Amino acid sequence: MGIPRTGRRLPRLLAPMVAATLLTLTACGGGGGSTPASGDSAAPVEKIKLTVGLFGDFGFKPLYEEFKKTHPNIEIEERQAAYADHHTNLAAHLATGAGAADVEGIEVGFISQFTAQPDRFQDLRQYGLDKRQGEYLDWKWQQGVAPDGAVLGLGTDVGGLAMCYRTDLFKKAGLPTKRDEVSALWPTWDEYIETGKKFSAAAPKGTKFFDSPGEIIRAIIAQAPVGVYDAQDNIVVATNPDVKNAWDLSIRMVQDDLSAKIGAWTPEWNTGFAKGSFATIICPAWMTAYIQDQAKNASGKWDIATVPGGAGNAGGTHLTVPKQSKHPKEAAELVDFLTSPDSQAAVFKAIGNFPSIPALYEQPDIQNFTKDFFNGAPVGKIYSDAARNLKPQHLGPKEGDVRTAIGNGLGRVEQGKQTPEQAWTQVLKDVENVK
Amino acid sequence: MPVVHRAPTAESPPHPPPGGSRTWAATSPWRHRLDRLVSPYAYVAPFFLLFAAFGVFPLIYTAWVSLHDWNLLSSANPFIGLDNYRELFSDGYFWNAAFNTLSIGVLSAVPQLALALVLAHLLNRPLRAQTLFRITLLLPNVTSVVAVVVIFSQLFGRDFGLVNALLDLVGIDRVYWQANVASSHVAIATMIMWRWTGYNALIYLAAMQAVPREIYEAATIDGASAARQLWGITIPMIRPTIIFTIIVTTIGSMQIIAEPLLFGAQVSNGAATTGGTDRQFQTLALYLYEKGFRSFEFGYASAAAWVMFLLVVLVVGFNYLVVRRMRGGLDV
Repeated sequence: MGIPRTGRRLPRLLAPMVAATLLTLTACGGGGGSTPASGDSAAPVEKIKLTVGLFGDFGFKPLYEEFKKTHPNIEIEERQAAYADHHTNLAAHLATGAGAADVEGIEVGFISQFTAQPDRFQDLRQYGLDKRQGEYLDWKWQQGVAPDGAVLGLGTDVGGLAMCYRTDLFKKAGLPTKRDEVSALWPTWDEYIETGKKFSAAAPKGTKFFDSPGEIIRAIIAQAPVGVYDAQDNIVVATNPDVKNAWDLSIRMVQDDLSAKIGAWTPEWNTGFAKGSFATIICPAWMTAYIQDQAKNASGKWDIATVPGGAGNAGGTHLTVPKQSKHPKEAAELVDFLTSPDSQAAVFKAIGNFPSIPALYEQPDIQNFTKDFFNGAPVGKIYSDAARNLKPQHLGPKEGDVRTAIGNGLGRVEQGKQTPEQAWTQVLKDVENVK
Repeated sequence: MPVVHRAPTAESPPHPPPGGSRTWAATSPWRHRLDRLVSPYAYVAPFFLLFAAFGVFPLIYTAWVSLHDWNLLSSANPFIGLDNYRELFSDGYFWNAAFNTLSIGVLSAVPQLALALVLAHLLNRPLRAQTLFRITLLLPNVTSVVAVVVIFSQLFGRDFGLVNALLDLVGIDRVYWQANVASSHVAIATMIMWRWTGYNALIYLAAMQAVPREIYEAATIDGASAARQLWGITIPMIRPTIIFTIIVTTIGSMQIIAEPLLFGAQVSNGAATTGGTDRQFQTLALYLYEKGFRSFEFGYASAAAWVMFLLVVLVVGFNYLVVRRMRGGLDV
């Protein structure tokens, strides 16, 4: 019975399915053309829709409303994707010449890969944005400039390093809890390790000193004058003693069993925040919002100390306008607005991303800004100091691939798959294959 | 067979209707012949046009791209001949991915199809609430891959996973599922089996229902057990269906990507695309993804895609031959 019945029904089902497929196809074809058609000739000013492509929340929503007050004809739509997906999609959209947003955020880990292709982006100098150069931290400005001098991106935030820690867990382990005293515990990474050993000796069960060495090695490398690339874009992992030193320090932390072995940005990491599985974590300014979000039940238990080993930068973003944008002038205006000193200050107060404009660091409203979640820590002062003391480091085109190779090497040691020597040999081999 | 009835009506337009077309066909017999020759192709053309645009063209274009040093972001893509293939064949990580793909494929496909056969056999008898059971079989397949992998990855979690909690309970050491080749393959194979066993069972069940009842009745009278009936009657009778499922499952398991990608994302961001810190469970499709969409090396990734395609053809062909060979053993 069953078989003949379905036999009769199949063709009937097929027709709508084919129709649906064709509809989808025509819809795709029509989508591209609809944007220019939206310009209404009857209206006095052309109505424009700008899209903004970001990874995660940049705290821009209230700023869009502000922007619309001076640009009533502009509508803004924000698209968010995960970090890696965002940059992959952007690369694909640039390569195919369609689909990119009018304003695209690019993280520093990717920025030189994109600035190497200046013909894919609008040179923001045509819209007079080079006048902003004087406001910026010089190295931040340079990161958004192509080798041929074209200004492709304006910086939003910088990720000056700090170390976040759990006061309650420190107390249980018999360590000091005041942020100045905690900072005094670890001027160097060696002393950080010593503190970690003391912590482990008295720590509550199920709690480790830090999450995983992946972000820590990134921070230690970021503190060096030269990282994984030299100024000529050669990969120098094998020859740069600072990288090897960062590796050795990280290995020692693993061998001393200080790591909770929970990789950053994994679901277990999020669980770890909620359960208090680790007592310290590297926290660039933009990380504070994430911690606040993940460790909701731990308000007031986190605090922020200085990072061992001196200042360094991890992360930060630039806003760019792809060449394919249909409204480059308006998009450039939006970039100018979103990166203005006032906007950067507002973003910092709202979600914590720290400005890349040094004049702001002196302002009292930034200097005196504190966060209750972090036990009232003066985040404004902490991150101003971190940003001011920063030694800029050149980032190369394949930072992400190199970092993955190093991170996987540490992972293999953590998982007990390889000895540190074997892992390092394989890291060097992997890095050699990064083109 | 309504399709057969409809076929002539589809051909009818040239003969009866509107006046214009009648004279058009009548005035010139060669046009009429042309119409009869061409219009069937015109009717099937939409599929082939779509297939050409979305099937054949990408295939050929990929071959073309694979002969270039083609970076997604750069504007200059020089022709380099077979260099990508040469590099690929000497890349240990590519062969590691090929091994992982085969291993996960075998680990998931064999128990999956065997279990599907048994399940179908159990359901192929008078049961209460049959529809309910059949729908239940299909449910895991309706669930999105992402949901399945996320849930299973939590089950296989190192610190807070249910599987490890159970192992702990019976006194077996906890397993760091992503750390070892064998354990990670087992975990991923489990996810695949969860999604596809029921689906294959339903296909088998449909085929089994076409097997004449009398054969089973005769076998029952002869005193054959249920297992003997499965082995002696059911399997030989539904052999074409089994071949079909084996081929489809093989093709499917050569293309696995979402499971290892999301499973690796539990370890760290970087270990997601490399399929573990030591590429313990990086499959071919994931290798291709890493090269194409993380490093943006499209030329190299295209070469990998073509070699992968040839490997799929090879493995499927091999499976087909093996299953055909089994004919002698199965036929009674």
